[in-house]
Amino acid sequence: MQTPAPFDYERATSVEGAIASLGRHGGEARIIAGGHSLLPMMKLRLASPACLIDINDLEAELAYIREEGDTLAIGALTRHVDLLRSDLLAERFPAFRDAEQVIADPVVRNRGTIGGSLCQADAAEDLSAVCAALGARVVIRGAEGTRVVPMGEFHLGPWMTVVGEDELVTEVRLPLRPGAGSAHVKVERRAGDWAIAACTAAVWMDGDTIADAGLGLSAVGPVTVEPVRAIELLRGSVSSDALFAQAAAIAAEDCAPIADTRGPVDYKRHLAGVLTKRALRRATARALRQEA
Amino acid sequence: MQVTVTINGEPVARDVEPRTLLVHFIRDTEGLTGTHWGCDTSNCGACVVLMDGRPVKSCTTLAVMCEGHEISTVESLEVDGELDPVQQGFHELHALQCGFCTPGMLMTARALLDENPDPTEQEIRTAISGGICRCTGYKNIVAAVRWAAEHQAATRQEA
Repeated sequence: MQTPAPFDYERATSVEGAIASLGRHGGEARIIAGGHSLLPMMKLRLASPACLIDINDLEAELAYIREEGDTLAIGALTRHVDLLRSDLLAERFPAFRDAEQVIADPVVRNRGTIGGSLCQADAAEDLSAVCAALGARVVIRGAEGTRVVPMGEFHLGPWMTVVGEDELVTEVRLPLRPGAGSAHVKVERRAGDWAIAACTAAVWMDGDTIADAGLGLSAVGPVTVEPVRAIELLRGSVSSDALFAQAAAIAAEDCAPIADTRGPVDYKRHLAGVLTKRALRRATARALRQEA
Repeated sequence: MQVTVTINGEPVARDVEPRTLLVHFIRDTEGLTGTHWGCDTSNCGACVVLMDGRPVKSCTTLAVMCEGHEISTVESLEVDGELDPVQQGFHELHALQCGFCTPGMLMTARALLDENPDPTEQEIRTAISGGICRCTGYKNIVAAVRWAAEHQAATRQEA
């Protein structure tokens, strides 16, 4: 029987209250939202916080998907099921719906949240790739105030983020820019599993030219991989299958998969390239409205 | 600590350890053993119950997180000797062999039909993809949920 080690439990009634409580516990407390990563880790004693601060009652403050000027803002407590069902999100960034259809299973998606997914800092997790490719910025609030961190600087390493012990992720901000198209593609062993490899591609088109691009790869490195050389190649180039193949080859070279039960290194590297090409093709078609 | 939860329509107030998982609370504290405790890792779906009408895995939810919420277990399906259409469908179409996954499958199916009374086969397969049937009797489970959808519609028309 798997049961977490004993801990204290508090139910937060406000964001300020949750932050104050984190401060009082001086690094010994953890925030719990969906709990579908944290509780399994606590059962295995990979995490043993002295206190859990439950933020599930803060939906009014922290669960939303809304446009604010040139930004799409997603509250940290927004659950996977609501990300999947949001037509606004699917219209602006279809990569989200692609990813949400293949994250865990529908029952898990009823509980898990975007803030929890990013804070888990698991390299195989899908939304981190989506947010990296889309140039997301993460809003982190603490007692001293609020700071905004680009997704590329959010993860410090496996299971490590820049979020301080008395800070709370409150929002994910996605810049809205013209000509956008995005897609997330994933290969897994069976329904609901973690990725063998996955890739999000995002492009911002100016006619046939890729004005800007973003890529994020899951499960092929110690953290979400942003293949910088491939992104630089795409930027300013005219879109074509040959260009995508070249970018995909560079992305495959620049990732760092390890061999495990999901496959050997050369297979995963090959898969990373194939998925990068497919994601770029689909993202570009969507930007140019050549695909529904 | 004190937790007040509504289980199958009945409010209950209990003193529990914060680390008590919902599945153990339901089975051991409330004695409702219809909910099965399976993989303990949120993979198998045998422990699925409804929280405010939405299916959740009770092995990965703390009882204290259910404060003020409504939990429905498989025991809530049958009312006054009358089986729920999903139960009747499982009976008619032999949608269980060993029966271990059944409570989770039934609750997941109930939630699906509450939201989408006429699901396609693919929608049913997606909905139950968080449940594992080790007898691999998925074909009959899917057929039973369709049966329930059709007979539920018939019951509604009569009423």
